[in-house]
Amino acid sequence: MSRKVLIIGEVRDNSLRNVTFEAISAAKSVSDGGELVGVICGENNLEPLGNEMIQYGADRAIIIQNDKLKAYSSEGYSQAIYQVIDEESPEAIIMGHTAIGKDLTPKLASRLETGLISDAIEIDVVGENVVFTRPIYSGKAFEKKIITDGIIFATIRPNNIPPLERDESRQGTVSNLDVEISDLQTVIKDIIRKTTEGIDLSEAKVVIAGGRGVKNKEGFKPLYELAEVLGGAVGASRGACDADYCDYSLQIGQTGKVVTPDLYIACGISGAIQHLAGMSNSKIIVAINKDPEANIFNVADYGIVGDLFEVVPKLIEEIKQVKVNA
Amino acid sequence: MNIFVLMKSTFDTEEKIIINDGRIDDDGAEFIINPYDEYAIEEAINQRDTHGGEVTVVTVGTGESEKQLRTALAMGADKAVLVNTEDDMEQGDQYSTVKILEAFFKDKEVDLILAGNVAIDEASGQIGPRLAERLNIPYVTTITDINIDGTKVSIERDVEGDTEIVETTIPLLVTCQQGLNEPRYPSLPGIMKAKKKPLDELELDDLDLDEDDVEPKTKTIEIFLPPERQSGKVLSGEFDEQVKELVSLLKNEAKVL
Repeated sequence: MSRKVLIIGEVRDNSLRNVTFEAISAAKSVSDGGELVGVICGENNLEPLGNEMIQYGADRAIIIQNDKLKAYSSEGYSQAIYQVIDEESPEAIIMGHTAIGKDLTPKLASRLETGLISDAIEIDVVGENVVFTRPIYSGKAFEKKIITDGIIFATIRPNNIPPLERDESRQGTVSNLDVEISDLQTVIKDIIRKTTEGIDLSEAKVVIAGGRGVKNKEGFKPLYELAEVLGGAVGASRGACDADYCDYSLQIGQTGKVVTPDLYIACGISGAIQHLAGMSNSKIIVAINKDPEANIFNVADYGIVGDLFEVVPKLIEEIKQVKVNA
Repeated sequence: MNIFVLMKSTFDTEEKIIINDGRIDDDGAEFIINPYDEYAIEEAINQRDTHGGEVTVVTVGTGESEKQLRTALAMGADKAVLVNTEDDMEQGDQYSTVKILEAFFKDKEVDLILAGNVAIDEASGQIGPRLAERLNIPYVTTITDINIDGTKVSIERDVEGDTEIVETTIPLLVTCQQGLNEPRYPSLPGIMKAKKKPLDELELDDLDLDEDDVEPKTKTIEIFLPPERQSGKVLSGEFDEQVKELVSLLKNEAKVL
């Protein structure tokens, strides 16, 4: 049964977020051969990004340019996207499970009176059903879920569904849609950028995480260096956040972020069950800890028993070496 | 101010997940207030103490949630309401829960509704925004600071690590993120007082709803545990050797470098 699928793309700093391409790929599975329509909102200059969505697999793209859509707001974006849904009548909608996805999609689903499956990591079409797999209890278990009534609506977790190969020769229409957006009740006054690295923790392919073993704020320095060498992001255990070694936005675990990078390096983290919930579905886990009895070694693929302040600098040097030789 | 908190009881984070007959086995499991909802309760109490008014904590759940509602009362909330769906609802979803909450709020004067930004069990994060849409009030998710001045509200929110400063107005729904406050532990006098505070129990019927109205739009067809992770290789030898071996393993065996 082919389905027309709407993909809500996400623009950040004038480029599409990677999860948008993953959403197109997810939408292709859901569509079963149906049409893939991308939509993006912003202030201006969206046309090249619309084309990029097509190169990544969308059949056509709709761009909505309006000065009220310069920054994301649930009110502004929902008015714009709702109009697209109204005109296009898609049978499915897919978006990334990002800060914006989490904020926007429940509002849309509520207005449409539909179900919404959030944070899917896998999609299978089984007969008439589209089956979404998603983590529950922060990854301690998984559930397979279907929509039983109305539009198939889901958000997908970044980094789990591989995007389609980019095809620069792919052609499709990029059309402008004018929308009237009423005055916004909620206004963004300012954004304070704390994430200097530019790599979002939940999207990073490599995560270097610190625990109580980093001892203080300064102690995170070698972790940041290692992250830079590997092109990764830095995270932390609750212990490190509670001790004020770092910001809560870095916290990984049952409260905090759930990450599934290709490589997770746990430095000075003991591995409490709540922390494991947030990272144990990473592909490869490396543990560096002084305590050979630390629980983290039970889930690690590779472990080094030792002081992170001794091991991490050596690791940075060795990786640099290997990269130079490659 | 009329302040409401949406609360959910969840498994204690220490609990291991056991599956029995295709369901999560909650036999003997310890339940707690969803940790993000604790921030909501704490903030509600603080806002009431500053601006006056009343805090009502609302749960859609089963009789089991009474204990967590009493804890919320012991922390300092004034009233609790349990919408008990035990007899009426086999399997619900976010759509069902919000249908119930919408009916509950229909005749309520609301200034501020607080919820956790996500529940640590099902982790949909949908209830807050969905409800705000039904009630036609603005919402701000993952807040880390809130200041209310008359009907004007200024908020700081966490957006994937960055901080957004937002201005909006009351009536309002917010969902709470870590860093907003330090939830208090109930004091002994608090616990004593909580026993006398009102805890109302409602059923769907009391909200003029029947089973068909809250029919879910989604269905869980399978629950399973992730494959158990095997502990791997703990390296040995001099640190220099270990680090060399590790990098080589990451490159050649795991192929992640």
